[in-house]
Formats: sequence, structure tokens, C-alpha cells
Amino acid sequence: MKNVYMDHASATPVHREVIEAMLPYFHEFFGNPSTVYDMGSKIKGVIEEQRAKVASLIGAKPNQIIFTSSGAEANNLAIKGVVFAKQKKGNHIIISSIEHHSVLNTARFFERMDYEVSLLPVDKQGLVDPDRLANAIRPETIMASIMHANNEIGTIEPVSELAAICRERGVIFHTDAVATVGNIPVNVNELNVDLLSLSGVSLGAPKGIGALYFRDKVRLMPLIHGGIQESGRRGGTENIPAIVGLGKASELASQGLADQMNHVEGLRNLLVAGIHERVDQIVETGHPDRRLPGHASFCAAAIEGEALIFMLNAEGICANTGSACASKALKTSPVLVAIGIPPDLAQGSIVFTLDSSNTVDEVEYVLDKFSFAVEKLRSLSPIWREQKAA
Amino acid sequence: MYSEQVMNHFSSPRNVGIIENADGIGEVGNPVCGDMMTFYIKVEDEKIADVKYKTFGCVAAIAVSSKVSEMTKGKSLEEAKTLTKQAVAESLDGLPKEKMHCSNLGAQALNAAIKNYEDRKSGKPVSTIEAINKETTTVDAECCECQTSNPIEAKFCMNCGEGLGEKKDG
Repeated sequence: MKNVYMDHASATPVHREVIEAMLPYFHEFFGNPSTVYDMGSKIKGVIEEQRAKVASLIGAKPNQIIFTSSGAEANNLAIKGVVFAKQKKGNHIIISSIEHHSVLNTARFFERMDYEVSLLPVDKQGLVDPDRLANAIRPETIMASIMHANNEIGTIEPVSELAAICRERGVIFHTDAVATVGNIPVNVNELNVDLLSLSGVSLGAPKGIGALYFRDKVRLMPLIHGGIQESGRRGGTENIPAIVGLGKASELASQGLADQMNHVEGLRNLLVAGIHERVDQIVETGHPDRRLPGHASFCAAAIEGEALIFMLNAEGICANTGSACASKALKTSPVLVAIGIPPDLAQGSIVFTLDSSNTVDEVEYVLDKFSFAVEKLRSLSPIWREQKAA
Repeated sequence: MYSEQVMNHFSSPRNVGIIENADGIGEVGNPVCGDMMTFYIKVEDEKIADVKYKTFGCVAAIAVSSKVSEMTKGKSLEEAKTLTKQAVAESLDGLPKEKMHCSNLGAQALNAAIKNYEDRKSGKPVSTIEAINKETTTVDAECCECQTSNPIEAKFCMNCGEGLGEKKDG
């Protein structure tokens, strides 16, 4: 049986070179960077080298990078760090209605502490309207957090425009760039953001490592109080092998990005065209042009996504869904709700995320198995009969 | 995540289809909630001579439909009525906690079909969709300290950290 992995938004394999770079830091150079003898200070130097590599990938300065344990922690640090530091300014936070749980639930946490949260709606293609952001800003608005691209529908937000509005009004702007860093060029100065989160998961680095970029004058309250690691912004002995992994992966990500984008976009177009050719009553979700190059997302009528994923799984294909039944909370993905997909159609959600390792053969294989799976599930479905009649 | 039994019934579901001129039809759930089952039964000598179904839903919903059809085919109506969600789940070697409502739905759909048959026989007015799906299934665990709703699998409140304890199945 073939093994076709098309869920790169969930995880990417760690590059060989990244593993090689990490290995010496488990056993050979295992010391604690906070110590003063040679081994400690050497490792401290290694951390700073990695910081420079991550900074360079996104056009930042090394001292503007804080290593975190994940993209989720970076998002938490950005929002909690800023809101706690600026409690005196006000009690209002703005986010979009399609944010990742680590942003949404952090905002909800503040809502329960008597902060006010505005959830900006998005249009049917998933875009935040800059005018709506401008209208939502009040004198007591501390910050806005709007993601760079959405991992479920692939839509890329007009971040530089949104950030400029916030800059002009004295509101701190954070963007969750976990879905974009490593997939498209990301530059903090072009985006004009105050804070930006990234994760090793989408970069070919190991899991358990992420980073937060912050502009020089942004005050941040630490989430983890402890020693003066990360200049006092995050306590706890550094995860050196993972930091080295993120550094190496960042270095690799900046090379050959244009080629990778062309490759995955070509495959994606093939996949999308093939699906429309073979499968009836299926809609694409997200924006047709402003989207991640390797991202294809759909909702198929009259079937349920979890069942679809398991059928593909039986053929060795890994893909994802935003269906309610596949979520532990049994709730339809808030992203699909936000873009106005009716709840019954949202059940048939399917997401393919490709990377440079995928091939034309794999796309053909997926097309075959996918159209077969949809057909089989529809033959079981009581509502397919009605839809056909209608 | 799922037992072999569940995967087996999901990948080759038994008794799928529609019975033309069925003696009883039961429909529960709706596509908006993510699961919908339509059961058809043919009754002879107060026994389920044949049972078929169509299901919109997840792996568990499809496996449950298949298992329910297998467990009740050939059984007397009285026997079939006693089928519980626990019995269905057990004969599938268990279901994940958050999928127990699928098991419930299977037993409900079959019961709806039996009720539909009995109503027709006694000349009662029959509604096309049985409204016995009123019993709402809770899929959230509400924290007793701060009333925050948490995913059913969470063991501690994601807001205040209070233990959520064992939830009774819907």
C-alpha cells in the first residue's frame, strides 16, 4: 500500500540535516547554558547563533526573538504578555473569528476576567475587512491579533494593511504566522507587525519548539517566571537540541522557497482540477488566489469528514477535516462557521496540505481514492438520495 | 482510536440500503448535528424479517448502524426493543466516550422504525420523522466552579483548573 502524506499543516517531517545538527546537543554538548565554564558559555553562543538564523528567516534582529515551546505558547505569550503588561491602558482585545484555538481561547480567558473581546467577522472567502478592524478599535483597545494565514482554509489575510491601521491608532498588532513561515516569504518589516508567532511544526523542525518575534519597544510580561533565560522573558533551562533544530530548519527554509512554492502550487492546481472533474457537489473553501500555495480545502455534500478521513487512511492517505465528529468537542470548526458554510455541508470538510516531497503520482493516487471514498459514503448516506432528487 | 470491530463494520457495513414498501421507517438525528440514520424494517410474525439503513455520519455512526442491523435481524420486535446503547457499544468492543451518542442514535433509529410499524398497524397518525430524538446529548463538560464549557475529554477545566470528574454518558 502507498503512503501519501498530505497533512503538512499538522506536522512536517524533521529534515535529515536538522536531525544531524541537533544530535551533538543531547550527549556531547549537554551543558546548561546558564553556567559560566566553557561548555556552558559555548552552548550559550550556540543558542545565539540559532536566534540569528530564525531572525534572518523573517527579517528580524536576533534580540527580537524569544524561543518558546510551541506556536501555541508563542501566541499565549504574545497576548497574555502584552495584555498583562498594558492593563492600565484598557480592557479591549480584537481578534478575528477564524483564529487558532491558542489565540481564541486566550482571548476567551481574558473575557472571563472582564476584558472585552471583539471577534471580527470574515467574508465568505475568509478575509478580514480592514475597515471593520478600524471601526472596532476603541480608546481602550490594547491589542489586535489576526492570523497571517488560516490553516483550515488557506486564506492569507491582508496583514500589512491591518497592522498599519493598528500602528496608526496606537494599538499593538500580533499575527499568528505558524501557517505561513516556511511556506511563503514572511518579513516582519513588510508585514509591519509588532509581534509574530512561528512554530517548528510547519518548518521541518521538531515539535516542541516555536518562537515569538517582538518589536523593540513592545513590553511583555513573562508567562513563565524563573531565571533570566531569554533575557528574562521566559524562565526555564533552554531546550537546546530543539532550538538548534529550529535554527537549522530556518536556515533551510530560506533556501529554495520559490521552487518549493512553484512545485506545491502546481500539484495543488492538479488536485483541485481533478477533484472538480471527478466529484459532484463539492465546494472549495477559502480564497481562490490569496491562499497558501500547497493548500487545498473542500466541503463535500451529504457525507461526513471523519468517515472520509478513515476511508482515505485505509488507503494510506493522511489528510485532515474540520468536521464536528472529528473534533473531540464535537463542534463544527469555527472557521467553517465563520465563512458561512452551512453546518450540514461543513460536516463534509476535507483539507489537503502539500509540501515539496509530494509528487504528481501521489496526486493521481489521491484523486482515485478520494473520488471512490466520496462515492462509497454517499451510497450509504440518506441525504444524498434527497440531494440527487433535488 | 477505534476498535477492530468498529473498523470492520465501518469498512464493510452490513445490510446497507433501503427496503421498498418497508413496514416501518425510523429516522433520527439530522445532518446539521453531524449524524443521521434512517432504518427500514420488514416485519413478519412480529419478527424483524429484514432490516436495512442509510447513515450520514462518522466512522462510529456507520459502524453502529451496521451492528444494530446485525443484532436485530431475525429478532422478535419485543427483543429488538430492549436493545441498549451499552449493548451496541459492547458488541463493538467499545466506543470512544465522545462517540457514545452515536450508539444511542442507532438504538433510537431502530426503535423509531418499530414504533412507526406499530403506529401504522394500530391506525395512529404517523409522522414521517419520529420526534424521539428529543433527548439531547451533552457533549460538553461544564465546570462546576466557573461554568466554563470544556471539551468532554478534558479532565480539568481549561479556565480555572478545577477537576471535571467522571461525566455520565448522555
